[in-house]
Parts: sequence; C-alpha cells; structure tokens
Amino acid sequence: MGGGLREGIRVNWGSLENFLAMGGYAFYVWGSYLVTLGLVIAEIVLLALRKRSALARLRLHGAAAQENR
Amino acid sequence: MSINWFKYSSPQTFFPLAGKLALGFGVLALLACGVGLYLGFFVAPTDAQQGEAYRIIFIHVPAAWMSMFLYLVMAFWAGLGLAFNTRLSGMMASAIAPTGALFTFLALWTGSLWGKPTWGTWWVWDARLTSELILLFLYFGFMALQAAIDDPRRADKAGAVLALVGVVNIPIIYFSVKWWNTLHQGASVSLTKAPTMAATMLTGMAVMAFGFWFYSIAAALMRARCIMLERERASEWVADYARGSG
Repeated sequence: MGGGLREGIRVNWGSLENFLAMGGYAFYVWGSYLVTLGLVIAEIVLLALRKRSALARLRLHGAAAQENR
Repeated sequence: MSINWFKYSSPQTFFPLAGKLALGFGVLALLACGVGLYLGFFVAPTDAQQGEAYRIIFIHVPAAWMSMFLYLVMAFWAGLGLAFNTRLSGMMASAIAPTGALFTFLALWTGSLWGKPTWGTWWVWDARLTSELILLFLYFGFMALQAAIDDPRRADKAGAVLALVGVVNIPIIYFSVKWWNTLHQGASVSLTKAPTMAATMLTGMAVMAFGFWFYSIAAALMRARCIMLERERASEWVADYARGSG
C-alpha cells in the first residue's frame, strides 16, 4: 500500500515535493483535505466517547440499583 | 416471504442491527473514499483553467450534496415522528443533525478555500453561499432547540416543526445559482446536459459522494445507538446490554 502510494506520486507528480506543492495551491488544497479529515476523525472519537460515557452511567446506575435491593 | 418492517421500528430490535450496519457502512465508506481519493489525485488530470486548485472539488461538491441530502432525510424522519409518534423516528432525526452540520460546515470551509485562489475572495454574500450558511444555522438551531428541552418527546416535536419549516431552504440552495446572479458557478452535474468536465473528474467526485454518503449512514447509526442507550436507560434491554458489555 505504502509502496503503491509512493509509486503513484512518482508516476503522476514526478516527486513528493511536487505532489505536496499542488501547483502552488498547497495551502488551499491541503487546508481543505486536512480539516475534513480532522473533523471526521473528531466526530468518530466523540461518538465513541459518548457511547462509553452512556455505558459507564448505566453501569453505575445498575450497581446502585442492586445495592438498594 | 414477507418481512415485518415494524419489527425494526422498536429501539430494542434496531439497536443490534444498527451496530452491524454502522460497521458495514463504515468499511464501505473507507473503501469508497480510498478509491475516490486515488481517482482524484492520481487519475484525474490537472484542470486547464484552475491548475491543481480544482482538486478541492472532490470533497467540496460531495460535502455540499450531503449537507442538503442529510437535511431532507432528517426532516423526513422528524416528519414521520410527528405524524406517527414513533420513538425511533425522532432518534434518527437527532442522530443525523450533527453529521449534517459537519458536512454543511465542510462545504462552506472548502468553498472558502477554493474561492480565494479562483475568485479572489474568501466569502461573498451571494445567494448560494448565504443560503448554505442559513442551512448551517438551521442544523444548529435544530440541535440547540432539542438540547434546550428536557423531555425527549417534546424536544422531538419542537425539533420536527423547525426541521420541516427549514425544508423550504433546500430548493433555494439548489436553484439559487439559476434564480439569481451568483458568483458561484452553476450546477456541476446535470441530468439534462452532457457533462462539462473530464470523465475521470466526474467519476472521482461521484465515488467520493458515495464515500461521504456511507460515512454519514455509519455516523448517524452510531449516534442513534448512543441516543437509544441514553433515552431508554430505564428499560431492561439497555441494562442487560450495559452489563454484558462491561
């Protein structure tokens, strides 16, 4: 996979520097892609945390209910 | 053979199904975005007018499509909940809203980063950009309204009314480039006209759109599962699930 990516960059862009430069539009192109990637990852992390805290609260609640029995 | 669709309309039976579907659509999203990015960066040619700046299109257009499509799906579920008073419908509407807001923000963000090098400005108050910004505020308004009401059933009803009224904004966004003189260009893809861009560009954009679509389904289902655990916390099946997953 990593090798294929390097090969793809070399064949289509000449070099990694050219690829990263995006024809002088690096800030705009990568600014779009990195923010998109960052926010998608943030959403997934927040969803995982939300589920974990919901389950933790449920378990706390369940334990308290059992003690009161 | 008959399928009982109502079987999955209760949170208890939908919860495990949603978990499996979220995983499946998550994998599909990863695959589609991988192929889409490959097409976008390694197969699609450099644009004759815009150089490499145009490559923002592979996330900008799919994000903008999703921002409108998710709003319609959210309003559909909200309306269904309002009409039939089903518990799951309101949960689905609430589960879609943050992902819809995310794609609306991304459409605006990537559009701004695209506008600067091509139009010479980050922002302009033209009809397309302004109506898309209103869409972002509609998502935020829906989420804030629901968060402000403690009783989930009442929160669902209030949110549903807001969501349904806001639907009027969707055709305004979509047709804004036709109805008004906008700096934003016309529709990139049309059913009636021959495509104006290279086939590989169009394919890359379409594959990315599928990737975003699958991702949205996965994210919304994951959030729906959280909402079920939170809202149905008093029920036996949720207690069982919490014990089993500990």
